[in-house]
Amino acid sequence: MSGTVTILYFAALRERVGRGREVVPFGDMPTVRALLEARRREDAGFNDAFSGPGQVRVAVNKVLADFSTPLHAGDEVAFFPPMTGG
Amino acid sequence: MSGSSLRIAAVPRVRVQDDPFDIAAEMECLRQASVLVGGIGSFIGVVRGGGGLVALSLEHYPGMCERILTDLATEATERFDLCGCTVIHRVGRLLVGEPIVLVLAAAAHRAAALDATRFLIDRLKTGAPFWKSEEFDDGRCRWVESCAGDEEAAAGW
Repeated sequence: MSGTVTILYFAALRERVGRGREVVPFGDMPTVRALLEARRREDAGFNDAFSGPGQVRVAVNKVLADFSTPLHAGDEVAFFPPMTGG
Repeated sequence: MSGSSLRIAAVPRVRVQDDPFDIAAEMECLRQASVLVGGIGSFIGVVRGGGGLVALSLEHYPGMCERILTDLATEATERFDLCGCTVIHRVGRLLVGEPIVLVLAAAAHRAAALDATRFLIDRLKTGAPFWKSEEFDDGRCRWVESCAGDEEAAAGW
């Protein structure tokens, strides 16, 4: 079944990637790591954005996740720097 | 179930908003929540000035913020046996001196009220999806970096 995954970017990562949101076809990307690698292959600028200093955190469907978290069509994946609230 | 009275778990009050909050009104709300309230712990985070800082802007992840703050407030309510708990976090552009976040914890006794307040602010600083950027009077902007001290404080609970 084909479908899409919505990717959100926040804060400094959003500035480096150049956009806050995109929708990509859900291809062969069983995990967050696979999604990231697919995006990196397609977009050299994307690779630079993610290789900058600082850690990258991830949430899937608004729940904190990690790069091994499984993905499904229709999921919302968010990438962001460490949080600075309060 | 034994006991002459049943304690119904208090539902936390959580808000993420642009508008300022009314500290006195929020405290009064908690004070009236239960006759068992013996103390209310409070923390107000404020935009600290200095170094040419003009404003702080808070970006956030709508939906996830509310969920994380509600989970934290629920955890605090259960762990510290609170009568009530309020967390209000502002977003958007805030000037130096403006309040950013309000944490209130009402309990029968002061130790629980104060510990719960500390737990909540320590945990939300690195656990809730907000990101701060600083705006200076010379036009510079920069993202605030998370610090090891905050991570350690959160992990300490």
